[in-house]
Amino acid sequence: MSEQEFLEYVQSGGQVETDDWMPDDYRAKLIKFIEMHGNSELMGVLPEREWILRAPTLQRKLALTAKVQDEVGHAQLIYRVVEDLGKPREHCLDDLISGKSKFHNVFHYPTKTWGDVGVIAWLVDAAAIISQKALLKCSYAPYARIMKKICWEESFHILHGRDVILTMMNGADEQRELVQEALDRWWGPLMQFHGNPIASADDPMFQWRIKSQGNEEARQQFLDGYVPQIWELGLTVPDPKLSKNEEGIWEYTEPDWAELKHVVTGHGPQTAERLELRKTTRAETEWVRRTVLAEAA
Amino acid sequence: MIVYEVFRQERKGQAFAHAGSVGAPDSSFAEAYAREQYGRRGESVALWVVPRDAVLEIDEFVDELQKNYHRVDGYPLKEKLKEARERAGTAAPSDR
Repeated sequence: MSEQEFLEYVQSGGQVETDDWMPDDYRAKLIKFIEMHGNSELMGVLPEREWILRAPTLQRKLALTAKVQDEVGHAQLIYRVVEDLGKPREHCLDDLISGKSKFHNVFHYPTKTWGDVGVIAWLVDAAAIISQKALLKCSYAPYARIMKKICWEESFHILHGRDVILTMMNGADEQRELVQEALDRWWGPLMQFHGNPIASADDPMFQWRIKSQGNEEARQQFLDGYVPQIWELGLTVPDPKLSKNEEGIWEYTEPDWAELKHVVTGHGPQTAERLELRKTTRAETEWVRRTVLAEAA
Repeated sequence: MIVYEVFRQERKGQAFAHAGSVGAPDSSFAEAYAREQYGRRGESVALWVVPRDAVLEIDEFVDELQKNYHRVDGYPLKEKLKEARERAGTAAPSDR
């Protein structure tokens, strides 16, 4: 099979398995994309982890712990897929900690209050599940298969997040303020989350059908699904330009793409601190990995 | 590290479907990881955990003799049926 034939094969819906021949560029793009997803799952637990000890009730503490467990589990599944493509998990962790590889913008920001935890669990997860659902159609079949399980778990996460928000909105004025303040903080990063509106024809991830959805399409789907849900609670979206036009397309203030780039290249407000924590815990648990491997040998 | 393929059954009576894989140093760790990754939320009623090397994969099926007489595509009846209907004078106006 030539590279051109392979391209036509995946573009017409063909799926690829681990042992199938694939062009080097496809393999490289897959590794980069899937590794970043794995990194994001692993780093994505840190903003919530910070709140496990401070969660308002035992029920919330348990739910948050379960979520953290799920996300770390997703990272394990995803790194396993990357490993089969040729990059060992330890190398992925090296590159994550050294800042060589990236993770999603939203996990570079602080969680100031319990309101932030609610907004992350509801809206950040909602934005993420839109991307992940589109990955169910990924041309690389092993990745598409684990996405089924991941999406299934994410749907509990969104409900948990919405429950946190609804509880606060039905509470005291101070609680409603916490939610509004958190929404104000997170709206910018949320609008940047799906990336700049690159044309599908120019997006190699789309060309190889690693992604099956354009960035702007994902953002529109997010706005369509969640802005009405935000509004119905009496919350204000901090964008005066946000509205749906006659063609059903959401118009909004141009997201700050410079901020997105700055943040994902390792300069977010919490980037250094969170990577430092990863580095420390990895060193502290090194003996476990060593023991497990020695035990079996 | 050994790669184990994990197949899961969602409900009793259903087919086991490939779910993913776990990397483990031996089968007891593979069992623990597979339980953790594919069964901790009650999403499976059973798992098959198989060392990847033990899976015998067959993915080429050559039909050298073109034995289409034992398949559905060996019986394209449309033309013959049309002729038979015309012979019997029962052909519908739309020809169907």
